[in-house]
Amino acid sequence: MSLVSNTPAMLDHLREIEIPFAAGVVESLQAGELISLSGTLFTGRDQTHRRMTALLDEGAELPVDLAGQLLYYVGPSPARPGQVIGAAGPTTSYRMDVYTPRLLELGLKATMGKGARSLPVREAMVRNKAIYLAAFGGAGALLSKCIVAAEVVAFADAGPEALFKFIVERFPAVVINDVHGRDYYEMVKADRDLSR
Amino acid sequence: MREIEAARITAAVKQITMEAGVRLEPDILDGLVKARARETSGLAKNILDLLLANAGIADQENIPVCQDTGVAVVFIELGQDVHINGDLEEAVQLGIQAGYAEGYLRKSVCDPITRVNTGTNTPAVIHTELVPGEQMKISMLPKGCGSENMSGLTMLPPSAGLAGMKDFVVRQVVNAGPNPCPPLLVGVGMGGTFEKAALLAKKALIRPLGAANPRQDVAALEEEILTRINEQGQGVQGLGGNNTALAVHIDLFPSHIASLPVAVNIQCHAHRHKEIVL
Repeated sequence: MSLVSNTPAMLDHLREIEIPFAAGVVESLQAGELISLSGTLFTGRDQTHRRMTALLDEGAELPVDLAGQLLYYVGPSPARPGQVIGAAGPTTSYRMDVYTPRLLELGLKATMGKGARSLPVREAMVRNKAIYLAAFGGAGALLSKCIVAAEVVAFADAGPEALFKFIVERFPAVVINDVHGRDYYEMVKADRDLSR
Repeated sequence: MREIEAARITAAVKQITMEAGVRLEPDILDGLVKARARETSGLAKNILDLLLANAGIADQENIPVCQDTGVAVVFIELGQDVHINGDLEEAVQLGIQAGYAEGYLRKSVCDPITRVNTGTNTPAVIHTELVPGEQMKISMLPKGCGSENMSGLTMLPPSAGLAGMKDFVVRQVVNAGPNPCPPLLVGVGMGGTFEKAALLAKKALIRPLGAANPRQDVAALEEEILTRINEQGQGVQGLGGNNTALAVHIDLFPSHIASLPVAVNIQCHAHRHKEIVL
């Protein structure tokens, strides 16, 4: 799929990954790897997490089973008539840190946003063999073209903070945290400090 | 004295809200192209290409360049010889509401305690200043909060001096890391009082990208701090390279002899702004 004529060449040379992940795929992904995601994912941001956590506190079921899934931190802008979705780039992930370990313990396999994660989230990822991906922040128009279907699954009244199901095709991302505990932002910084 | 109808203000605010919410202005596009030309990292060059492609798609298909279409910050310079027929505050808020609804922009404003979305992206934050003349200039800055959250203010002791102010600005940007979507525009307010420094930093963001402060020593300081930030190597998206910031805009105001406030307002590369003069 070509996005526009001036699409950067990078996007044609990414490792293609199906989601939800087949057995062994999450474990094979390495910090720093550029990938392209195709398949189904769920979305959630601040209020989505707050509400899911409240449900878990009450002993209730989550509206979707997150086991094995990818959760993308995004609050899309509204679709115009004829569009699947509006702009849909990542939001900053640290705000979800307080909620994330609990979801990882429930089997969530991957999260995707932008920016670094807290130590407790990183430890929970290693413990649960999960990964964290960064999508390209501020590229919401381009990324919306990689979303071929979108539906609200829960919390519709939360507007952009609803839980959506997206079907994506060749959605680009960078692996930041792998199952081995490596963090690509830290690796970039270490390289930088060495080259001084 | 000149008369301006409130309805005309509403229409103007709606128009610039819809335009600013979707497209990047030439100054920021030019800043990204120049960053691409001087970039040293291969990955960052690719990402800058991707961001420019994103701006192209936004323009061609009328999709906001970023889904965070912001809290609406509106600066009004109101000529003191203008008389407004109607309620200025209400006129602006109605324009914001209509612009966000009809422009398919995201409504991101909520109650700070209940977190319930107001559903209209109002209220906008409005700063009104009286100036000589009989014109009215309205500047719209839809402010994304991934970057806003990385902003900060400090009340330095005067002994910290210029060196202390420079260190604070650089540290604020470096500590933000990848969170605010670098490459950034860094607005800085030096001096004044607690609230004045913050307002200077915010208003510095609506200066055309890279336009230097008219005071020569301040312009040199903007260049020096920009160079220091970019030497730290966080780079585009925090993935390395020499373009962490596109520009540093500093504005000053005299401060109390006991005081040295410094505010840093961080803006992402999806820096949207639009002005109109009535």
